[in-house]
Amino acid sequence: MNKKEVHKALAEIVGEEYVSDSKEDLYIYSRDPGLAEPHEADFVVLPKTVEEVQKIVQLANKERIPVIPAGASLSLSGLTIPYKGGIVIDLRRMDKIIEVNRRSRYVVIEAGVTHGKLKAFLEEQYPDLCHSLPEAPPSATVVGNLMIHGQGHLAQQYGFNSSMVTGLEIVLSSGEICRIGSCALGSYWFSLEPFPIPAGLFLGWFGATGIVTKAGLRLYPKKKLRDVEVFVVEDPNLVPEVIYRVTHTEMAEDITTSAQPYPLMFRDIVMIQIYITGDEEEELEFKRKLIWSSLRDIINSKEGGFMTLAPNMKIAFLERPMSNITRFADVLKGGGFVYCGAIIPIDMFSTALKKLFEIASRNQVTFSHTGRVIGRGHCMMFSFAYPFNREDPESMEKARKAIQESYIATLEIGGIPWKPEPPIQRVLLEKMPRETAELLKRIRSLLDPNGIMNPGNWSV
Amino acid sequence: MSVDLRNVHRCFRCGWCKLPSTFIDYNCPSYVRFHFESYSPGGRLWLIRAWLKKELRWSDRLAEILFSCVGCRNCSENCKMRFKDEVTDWIIAAKSVAIEEGLAPPKVREFLENIAKFGNPWGLPRSQRATWISGVKKYEGDEYLLYLGCESSYLEAGRKVARNVIEVLEAAGISFGILGNEEECDGNEAYMLGEMGLFQELAFKNMKLFQELGVKKVLTISPHAYNAMKKYPARSFEVIHFTQLLYELVKEGKFRFSRMECKVTYHDPCFLGRYNGIYLEPRKILLSIPGLKLVEMKRTRENSFCCGGGSGNFVFDLLHGMESPARVRVREALETGAKVLAIACPICRCMLEDAIKDEGLEEEFEVKDVAEMILDSMKSR
Amino acid sequence: MKLKFDKNFCEKCTTYDCLTKCQYMRLDVESAKKEIMRLINGEETFILNECVTCYACEEYCKKGNHPFYLITELQESKGILPAPKPIVKQWINMAIPTRKDTQYFPNSREPVISLCLFPEFMRELRGKLFEGVSFILGRHFYCQLAYLHFGKPSVIKERLPKIIENIARHGFKEVVFFHDECYSTFTSYANAYGIEVPFRPVHFFEYLYNKLKALEDKVKPLNVRIAYQRNCSTRLTPDKEQYLDRIFELIGVERTQREYDKEKALCCGGIFRGQQRYDLFVDVQRRNVEDMVKSKAEYCVFNCPYCYYTLAERVYKAGIRPIMLHQLCRLALGETLR
Repeated sequence: MNKKEVHKALAEIVGEEYVSDSKEDLYIYSRDPGLAEPHEADFVVLPKTVEEVQKIVQLANKERIPVIPAGASLSLSGLTIPYKGGIVIDLRRMDKIIEVNRRSRYVVIEAGVTHGKLKAFLEEQYPDLCHSLPEAPPSATVVGNLMIHGQGHLAQQYGFNSSMVTGLEIVLSSGEICRIGSCALGSYWFSLEPFPIPAGLFLGWFGATGIVTKAGLRLYPKKKLRDVEVFVVEDPNLVPEVIYRVTHTEMAEDITTSAQPYPLMFRDIVMIQIYITGDEEEELEFKRKLIWSSLRDIINSKEGGFMTLAPNMKIAFLERPMSNITRFADVLKGGGFVYCGAIIPIDMFSTALKKLFEIASRNQVTFSHTGRVIGRGHCMMFSFAYPFNREDPESMEKARKAIQESYIATLEIGGIPWKPEPPIQRVLLEKMPRETAELLKRIRSLLDPNGIMNPGNWSV
Repeated sequence: MSVDLRNVHRCFRCGWCKLPSTFIDYNCPSYVRFHFESYSPGGRLWLIRAWLKKELRWSDRLAEILFSCVGCRNCSENCKMRFKDEVTDWIIAAKSVAIEEGLAPPKVREFLENIAKFGNPWGLPRSQRATWISGVKKYEGDEYLLYLGCESSYLEAGRKVARNVIEVLEAAGISFGILGNEEECDGNEAYMLGEMGLFQELAFKNMKLFQELGVKKVLTISPHAYNAMKKYPARSFEVIHFTQLLYELVKEGKFRFSRMECKVTYHDPCFLGRYNGIYLEPRKILLSIPGLKLVEMKRTRENSFCCGGGSGNFVFDLLHGMESPARVRVREALETGAKVLAIACPICRCMLEDAIKDEGLEEEFEVKDVAEMILDSMKSR
Repeated sequence: MKLKFDKNFCEKCTTYDCLTKCQYMRLDVESAKKEIMRLINGEETFILNECVTCYACEEYCKKGNHPFYLITELQESKGILPAPKPIVKQWINMAIPTRKDTQYFPNSREPVISLCLFPEFMRELRGKLFEGVSFILGRHFYCQLAYLHFGKPSVIKERLPKIIENIARHGFKEVVFFHDECYSTFTSYANAYGIEVPFRPVHFFEYLYNKLKALEDKVKPLNVRIAYQRNCSTRLTPDKEQYLDRIFELIGVERTQREYDKEKALCCGGIFRGQQRYDLFVDVQRRNVEDMVKSKAEYCVFNCPYCYYTLAERVYKAGIRPIMLHQLCRLALGETLR
């Protein structure tokens, strides 16, 4: 098929209005807001149903055209850039919230549902339920976040968002529609386990093994009240102990960390944000007291203490998702930042922070760190973030260099880079034992024999 | 407006601007209609930058992307950056560049040329501007100059609003007059389309005329006119939207309402709401009608979803189709169970009435303006 | 800069009100005498560790001596930190001016109000009471007195001359201080350390009273019962409190009789939290609000924004409306609040 014929075939699948090869649309879909080099797509399509996705993939597989599934393309590490051209499938027209099972606490959604929409829907219809909301803009999609092993505000209690999945509907590279979990056997989407096909064949693969079109997701109790206590220390070596103690109380909803040079009151200290929730004031107060008690001797030693938050600060900390994180992109008045999210053991916090300071100073860039505890101290996401100015090539180069060094630093301290950009994926594959890399390669070949699924990602 | 398009690179394309503050659904009319990222505020700003940097050449698609922005200001309302107010202005400024360089699509050019030549965007004769009104006196030093605007002079939907407002004003014994065929376009759409020269010319003409007539208070039917006149430089008169005055009259007890059991939902016009912060008055008027139950749509007030008629689209309608903003809005209004979709803008009335027909919902409910609701209640005695 | 402290006053004292009246430490006359002598001699005493820095002893001492300033000097010289190190660091760093801070307000004209670090009140100080006023604000005008809570008077002494210079550059004869703490800095603290202040500091109460008096015919008595929340720095300059009762009288509000008012006022608790005395914070707030409820107050009136931020929520939950003094005055003039 020539390009014109492919266009026609795609238009027959999704309708003329929802396929484009205009240079304007290709321009936008060939890049993301991060620093990865753009690569032009051949087509952008906007399917509405799984059947349309199926037909697109069947066509692509037959014609050996790459397909790149995309949500809001906000990974900042170029994961939806069409490195080998092809068809970008923007899944955001598939935005139905299909079902909520209140008693079994799960929701079934289509791939294009945004975090914002799901949050708003639950707040309106099921105010005592919530999903784990990441700090990405609310325009980010839930399934996109699953595909990169994202973490939300319930990570400390329940782990990575991808471990909250209760079922998946996937379009395989062959175009077959496959369901895994209880939804493969009946109409309920309550659990993946003990189904034999692991969801790990698809989650975290950035669409390189199949396109997730529906997902079942665990919901959790949402308490009526929420508050935050911010514990500050000067010595980063104390952070793991603080986290250990607070997680031991099992009283916190979410535990995050931050360190940044501005404003000055945040300089040379580490802040640990401890979120608590409760249905009653008493419940909140009980949790608050236990958390304070757990840190009493650190307080008495004068090495750490709780901040008194001014109202505007408190509002900023309690905002969900936190827009301050997005605003970091305007620090240099330049519309951009990049970050390396390192998944590290909490013991490595101060080492990682030291690396961040060194990298920032070496490259003369300003920085910000935010982190999130995952599980009861089982690990954490530690971000190295650097802003850049899109109109200033020098600042872009500095940020690019700083981010590369941050990925390397992550590996040096034994961490795993989260949602790494393709060149770093290749470094990982080279660093891991040959057998492990070979296993990944075999899985990929099995699921995508023609190499059409988001090529450039997870390939040796 | 003084924005520097060289700062357009500050947009990160994070996407907060696509949503209302509640996040309940997408709230950018052109994104809802087309669903390509390119039609979202961020996508549009990135394309503007690429075009200005000559990475992309002008095209019909780019023209559609740019001019399908209706200027509803949801993006500025919900952008989280310090430059949030500039987002809408950047888009207008880019339209300005396109106009200056003669690149605007033919429909847009025609729209502006008609305003310049005929004082209205359809190119209809000036002599027909006020011929449909009878029995309304011309302005001669009355308390209010009732400014009808193009949409209330030439569109049937707009004329309905004007007739209703006039009837209510007469019932309340308000001293007012109109300009008749001498009325000139207010220039709001010229401004929103970036034709600043034309806007200034119209502003100057109107101010001169008002000054000559000794006008102290201008009462506008359309929020678009209200918005434009608020921008007139060195304005020597007060501008009032009809809902503001009617609310004052309601408070003064000028109307004798009768009970009217009716479920109503109110649609905030962008130029009354997001642009000028008037949310309360129309609602208070409706709520003063005994028996009337006001129900809100899921996107309301600052988060209201635009009818899609702004920035000239009530004439050239680049957003028409099954998923046009007006049709989407009508479906949303229907969800509330209301029987009346109340409006305060002649353009909204036109867009939403058409959408009701397109959706085949004429039996389900109808569009009425706030003045009409007052009349209905007074007449149901 | 040396603290003017006359130990003769203490030697001749018989009541030792500074310590015997303290609401957070229990001392009888004998032990108070012993401890004050230790303070005078610069010796170790539990006072230095236990002091909650409520400032009240400055008011209790009727001889005009400065027991609290002495305590803070000794805390610093002995390295006693009332709060954890990172908290103190945050407070010290917070007030360092950045490039974004305005150093000079060329268009400001008297009457001028210094807003300290509360830019949010620019939008509030409107209406008849504030017609024609100019504002100065920001880190270049921050009085620094809060470091008394953190055992760091040296920071105040180091920074204050520059702050005074920044204000003086404008050539104002009088400056109205919105934040009580600023007023007390440029009066009580400056006097105690012999720091010259080349303008007349005017307390916000005095400004409000004079304005209200001029607008007396427009005042509609509010006829409400209010509980008043004193803030720590009012203890440094109790003389200006006279204006407060005159304001209340003018606007027709009744200051309820309650246990924790006037000399026995309780701290809002904010600083206790910052000093990590969480139980004390909760207990003091509880007692204070219960007392307000018992007195049947309808409003709780604040003069200090920090007190408002700390206590307003708890007050509100107890069914009392929290309000800033200037807001209350604006209500009496029939103005609508944002």
